[in-house]
Amino acid sequence: MPANAFNGRTDYGIGIGLRVPHYAHILERKPVVDWFEIISENFMCGGGRPLEVLDRILEQYRVVQHGVSLYFGSADKPDREHLKRLKALVKRTKTPWISDHLCWGSVDGTYTHDLLPMPYTHAAAKRTAEKIRQVRDYLEVPICVENVSSYAEFHASEMTEWEFLTEVVERADCGILLDVNNIYVSSKNHAFNPYDYLNGVPHHRVGQMHIAGHTKFEKYILDTHDHPVLDPVWQLYAHATRLCGVTATLLEWDDRIPSFNEVHDEALKANTFIAEAHLRQAYGGQASTVVKAKAAQRQPRARRARAS
Amino acid sequence: MPARLDSTSDLRSFQRLMKDAVVRPLGPGYRMQKRWRDGRPMADVAAGFVRPNDRLTAFERLEIYNRMYWFRIIDSFHEDCPGLRAVLGDRKFDRLAVAYLTKHPSRSFTLRNLCSHLEEFIRAEPRWTAPHTALAREVARFEWAQTMGFDEAARPVAQPADFARTEPGRLRLSLQPYITLLELAYPVDRFVIAVKKRDTLRAEASNATTSGPTAARKRRVARPRRERCWVAVHRVDNVLYYKRLEPAAYRILAALRDGQTLARAVMAGGRGVTPAQVQDWFALWAKLGWLCRRK
Repeated sequence: MPANAFNGRTDYGIGIGLRVPHYAHILERKPVVDWFEIISENFMCGGGRPLEVLDRILEQYRVVQHGVSLYFGSADKPDREHLKRLKALVKRTKTPWISDHLCWGSVDGTYTHDLLPMPYTHAAAKRTAEKIRQVRDYLEVPICVENVSSYAEFHASEMTEWEFLTEVVERADCGILLDVNNIYVSSKNHAFNPYDYLNGVPHHRVGQMHIAGHTKFEKYILDTHDHPVLDPVWQLYAHATRLCGVTATLLEWDDRIPSFNEVHDEALKANTFIAEAHLRQAYGGQASTVVKAKAAQRQPRARRARAS
Repeated sequence: MPARLDSTSDLRSFQRLMKDAVVRPLGPGYRMQKRWRDGRPMADVAAGFVRPNDRLTAFERLEIYNRMYWFRIIDSFHEDCPGLRAVLGDRKFDRLAVAYLTKHPSRSFTLRNLCSHLEEFIRAEPRWTAPHTALAREVARFEWAQTMGFDEAARPVAQPADFARTEPGRLRLSLQPYITLLELAYPVDRFVIAVKKRDTLRAEASNATTSGPTAARKRRVARPRRERCWVAVHRVDNVLYYKRLEPAAYRILAALRDGQTLARAVMAGGRGVTPAQVQDWFALWAKLGWLCRRK
């Protein structure tokens, strides 16, 4: 869905996360980038260097806010002070939508600063959807909720994760930030078929996608965001793009961050799959015969644009 | 905790239990503690709400979150308090971190506020920092002042018209919220600068070589000897600075910060202060944008 109610009817392309090690490169060289995703919490301060950098970025680029602490799934009520600061930032960035995670991480006002998995129950889905609606009504901006990667499941769960995600977003009438890397990580940790997950969510609600790298351990996979995107995740991304259409896509790289160009080039690999989806829209079932040649044409064009 | 989660209250009970397990200090070898707080085997507690899979027990799955919590939070603590770490050494610093974060877990959506109660904790529980408690308290205050200096709000600067409009006996100004005034018994500013220089050198050295400890890595920064000083931690053009103040200038600024009128603040400077000195100080503070109107 290139543009829908859940991403503010925008048609953004491929973005990357705005990270401190890249500030100097971006501000000095002004590379061509479709958009940047910022972590809202890093800019919900009173002033100083973070807001100065943000304002300079906003002069040149489109910015979308991604949060890590709204904790839609927490039993606690939304924190008014938090929401006030977030709304001030929304006004500053003019973000067409905001995203945060389908998880919890605080209770009784104590924060774990983690994205903890939900028990997949109907009561939790109802409560979570109520909070999403409250937050959206206050912020007056569309919301996409992101599926998290997880390492634990609970006896109390009454449904699969994708059924829970579907129930929450249908009840809240909000969008989905579909993180295909998280689906892959959780599918390995919980032994489900990631394609069942992709096939099972409401595709028309997907407003944005995330791709990222992860780390394999002996008994589980950790969502570390410190590697290039691995092949099985690209394959999932391709499938998701077939199902949902061309969607604003962002590469997350948060640890052991390489150069700006390396991160951006990794993100631009998504063009291959986006090209396929474009052709599929244009040519229907015959697309696969022309995909490779067309995709190869698109990639250098994106690189030239960045370098100019 | 109820077996079924049918209400928000049930969800809260579930989240309290899991939060308590996640934020509980790690045991030996950075592993989850084997016993729950009531003495039950932790494996049983975990199995009560976490499903095992074919590779991991419920205990092991919960432990991933317990370990990630502490690694993340200690990492943030290290980042915010390099000076305090240099005062205490790594092992003692880590013990302080666990004790502090157990008593004061984060109550904010941002990790930026993690150390907001640290000085108060060190004062209340000096055993974690003895025999360097006095220095540790001052370094903790100083490093928190840096956090404030970095991203606290700036308010509109007081203009000459503000001074002209209101007589000094009634005019109340304020300091920018990002400024912290510190009266210190140790030259903590110089100590923290030395630690930062050492750490920068370490980082550069570690990129330049792949084997063996370098002299820079081994070098310890000596704890400072007592020396009274007065410092303002502030920023100019969004860059953090530490400015030494004369005692009288410190007293005037502290009085303004505390809501005294301009006339009373100047008097707080003391008898030895000349009008020329006061004029120079105010000119400098105005240039730095330190003074603002009270809210």
